[in-house]
Amino acid sequence: MQKSDVGIYIHIPFCKSKCFYCDFNSFHANNGEFEFYKNILIKEISSFEKLKNYNIKSIFIGGGTPTIIPEEYINEILEAIFNYNINRDAEITIEANPGTLTYEKLKNLKSFGINRLSIGVQSLNNKILKNIGRIHTKEEFLKNYEDAISVGFNNINLDLIFSLPDQKFSEWKDTLKNIISLNPKHISTYGLILEEGTKFYEMYQNGNLNLVDDYLDRKMYYYAKEILSINGYEQYEISNFAKSGFESKHNIIYWTMENYKGFGLGAHSYLDGIRSSNTTNFNKYLNSDGEISKLEDYKNILSEKDKIEEFMFLGLRLSKGISIEDFNKKFNKNIYDIYSDVIKNNLNKGLITVTDRIYLTEKGKDISNTVMADFLL
Amino acid sequence: MPENRQKYIRNFSIIAHIDHGKSTLADRLIQKSGLLTEREMQEQVLDNMDLERERGITIKAQAVRLIHKDKEGNEYILNLIDTPGHVDFNYEVSRSLAACEGALLVVDAAQGVEAQTLANVYLAIDNNLEVVPIINKIDLPSANPENVIKEIEDIIGIVAEDAPLISAKADINIDQVFDKIIDSVPAPNGDENAPLKALIFDSFYDAYKGVIVFIRVVDGKVKKGTKIKFMATNKEFEVVDVGFFGPGRFISTDELQAGDVGYLTASIKNVRDTRIGDTVTESNNPTNTPFAGYKKVNPMVYCGIFPADGSKYPDLRDALEKLQLNDASLYFEAETSVALGFGFRCGFLGLLHLEIIQERLEREYNLDLVMTTPSVIYNIYMTDGSMIKLSNPSDLPDVTKIQKMEEPIVKAEIILPTEYIGTIMELCQERRGEYVTMEYLEETRATLTYKMPLNEIIYDFFDVLKSRSRGYASFDYELIGYEESDLVKLDIMVNREVVDALSFIVHRSNAYERGRKICAKLKKEISRHQFEIPIQASIGNKIIARETISALRKDVLSKCYGGDITRKKKLLEKQKEGKKRMRQIGSVDVPQSAFMSVLKLDED
Repeated sequence: MQKSDVGIYIHIPFCKSKCFYCDFNSFHANNGEFEFYKNILIKEISSFEKLKNYNIKSIFIGGGTPTIIPEEYINEILEAIFNYNINRDAEITIEANPGTLTYEKLKNLKSFGINRLSIGVQSLNNKILKNIGRIHTKEEFLKNYEDAISVGFNNINLDLIFSLPDQKFSEWKDTLKNIISLNPKHISTYGLILEEGTKFYEMYQNGNLNLVDDYLDRKMYYYAKEILSINGYEQYEISNFAKSGFESKHNIIYWTMENYKGFGLGAHSYLDGIRSSNTTNFNKYLNSDGEISKLEDYKNILSEKDKIEEFMFLGLRLSKGISIEDFNKKFNKNIYDIYSDVIKNNLNKGLITVTDRIYLTEKGKDISNTVMADFLL
Repeated sequence: MPENRQKYIRNFSIIAHIDHGKSTLADRLIQKSGLLTEREMQEQVLDNMDLERERGITIKAQAVRLIHKDKEGNEYILNLIDTPGHVDFNYEVSRSLAACEGALLVVDAAQGVEAQTLANVYLAIDNNLEVVPIINKIDLPSANPENVIKEIEDIIGIVAEDAPLISAKADINIDQVFDKIIDSVPAPNGDENAPLKALIFDSFYDAYKGVIVFIRVVDGKVKKGTKIKFMATNKEFEVVDVGFFGPGRFISTDELQAGDVGYLTASIKNVRDTRIGDTVTESNNPTNTPFAGYKKVNPMVYCGIFPADGSKYPDLRDALEKLQLNDASLYFEAETSVALGFGFRCGFLGLLHLEIIQERLEREYNLDLVMTTPSVIYNIYMTDGSMIKLSNPSDLPDVTKIQKMEEPIVKAEIILPTEYIGTIMELCQERRGEYVTMEYLEETRATLTYKMPLNEIIYDFFDVLKSRSRGYASFDYELIGYEESDLVKLDIMVNREVVDALSFIVHRSNAYERGRKICAKLKKEISRHQFEIPIQASIGNKIIARETISALRKDVLSKCYGGDITRKKKLLEKQKEGKKRMRQIGSVDVPQSAFMSVLKLDED
């Protein structure tokens, strides 16, 4: 029997300090905790024997800041995964934050088999970096980037955030231009979203945060799309741009409802029609001893309705959208029997384009939530 | 008791301001009649609807029969007919009072006479009822019975010096109340041999027995098999059962006779056949003197009620029909709104009545409603000499064809502690009130009388009055007529389309401020769309206020952390759920809360 593909996500929930915009599952910890966590993580991976039945096509080590923990731990974690079936051309990514990287570390990471780096640059303006709670400077990043290239990483993603408080259009232009001059293979750009529970949210509540307005937000986004396109980056997803052939395999798994298995604190999985996630309680995770039954805290077997909805709203994040034929085959239903009004409405409003595929127009990408919500049944 | 049977019957009601102890006294009288054991004694037996408990007021008239032995051992039948205490239910009070020969006036020994009590006392006096004052709560440290007795004598003009001083709660001097009822309330004196003449004072629908009709027999008799006729509706039925009201239950009996209060059933399917105030008589031997004193009540306040979910329209109709069975003063007819779809134009006695119906529809019938701004009835005089009674602002004719408009005016009486006079006078001025008089009831309390347009008090006057007087002012009003007024229709436009459900009629002097407030409120309620949305208030073609909802340029989810799809989906679902509850005005989605929000403009 042919094995199906799976992507692996590994969560490292640690950071040196919390950035002001971040509501992700991350916190500060010490070396002892790193080691303890790594041991449990490896137990979790090893005890998930079901993984034997899949081919691993991508691994993504995310966080938090995975590069904060000793790189030998990263190696041990990867070794645990390598015990399963791994594709020869698997994409293996680690998220890395400037300020936690050295030439040595990068060299080691490369030697463990990691072939893709995703660096959280966010901005190349030191004042902004400070104001959003980053621990690095522009200069540190440039040094890290140079080192990464020299140790042999040729598939690098740079993460950028726009619409940061007090950010001027000219600063965003400068950041983009400088980033492009480095010629990375992949660029992600996210507009800042104020999330509850962040430092920014607290500042906003107290009236101490000067957010950019929607007009400037869109201006920045449109500028990014334009200049990236001119420089050979194709927008393959709402927030992701890549040189041809360097689209993130792991990312695409999420949008196309392929299998992925997450390990670690609060990690999410979608495997054979079931969505599940691990506990976000650190102590509970550490006390689970890696036993799946003790650390899983959410599980939902998707109904056909769930699957149809998710196929649509996830697929619409991709620039190429969804294939009508794929839909009809996958669900053994005609898409128009289900969505004829929704398609008509959004087409009339100029939010989607319909060919043999359905995809968001530029206007549709601006208010993608509105369109996606419409596709919920 | 053959010929002097009626000598041992007393029919009475209790008049009291909210919280002055009417229900407690009723409970106490029931308990003392020995018809109910302690265990059976439900707290406040007379108030049996949830809503009444919560609001502390009695909505529907109900009756109970008490058996009392006096000191000589004579057994009396005392029929207590309960009445609502609020001004909105004037008519319900009047029909209950008409079934009685006397009324107990219960006054709180600490609070004294209140505005609403006064209105009901005058109603009782108009109905030739013997008013028996009772001073309650004499056990309170702040009780001042001498003052209250003087107040009753001064203000109402009845003798109160021998009024029983009681505490219904602490069971003090309740015997004196029984003695007073027997000594002071006249016995009925109907003719048992005359043709049947009975008054309907309430009715309600029972799934098993059909409509249960509450009657007071004035002349003649009625029993199982009697062929009866309701004289106003001209409907005929054969009586299936008659009986009395035991506490908490019906007690079937052979026959009701002149002087009795009880019920009859006759397989009546529709409450509309049993108009409260109608006369029940024998089909083949009708009375020559049906009751004439009952007028058809006219609603004073109208508003549109629409189901939030359009498919629930038939359910809403059913619910209104059922409520109307027991509430002759509720009026409704089908209405169609461009903005809200199919619904009903409903008429109410007042705002409290409106709120109670709304709550009952929502609670008892599980309906989600959208209501439009309440309106009074305006007289519109046309240039061609005709006159239109307008209860729906959307129906206002072309202004060029209108000669003049009149609005209903009420006399408002406010009883309040003197320290709030300034504040409340200011409130009355704001609401276009015209000062009439002020009278001191005692050193620290006064009655303020104002002439006011009804449309100024139907929104939130009562709430504002209460809050500005810290709850101490009480308020009553009665319609005194119509007056010409400089009225305009204010239209609200969303994205340049008039929203019919938001139109209302207002005095020109208030139009600008209200227009501004409504536009501001709607701006908060309506979320941004792909395009800019102007919200405008206009009088005719003239725009008097404007707000703009800027276009939605961006609505994007943030980074998808580690494949957490569930969280994203929840966000989208929330968005979708919000949209479901929207009304479509042209290409704009308006949340239902927007229609309600304009009713409470003074809140923030």
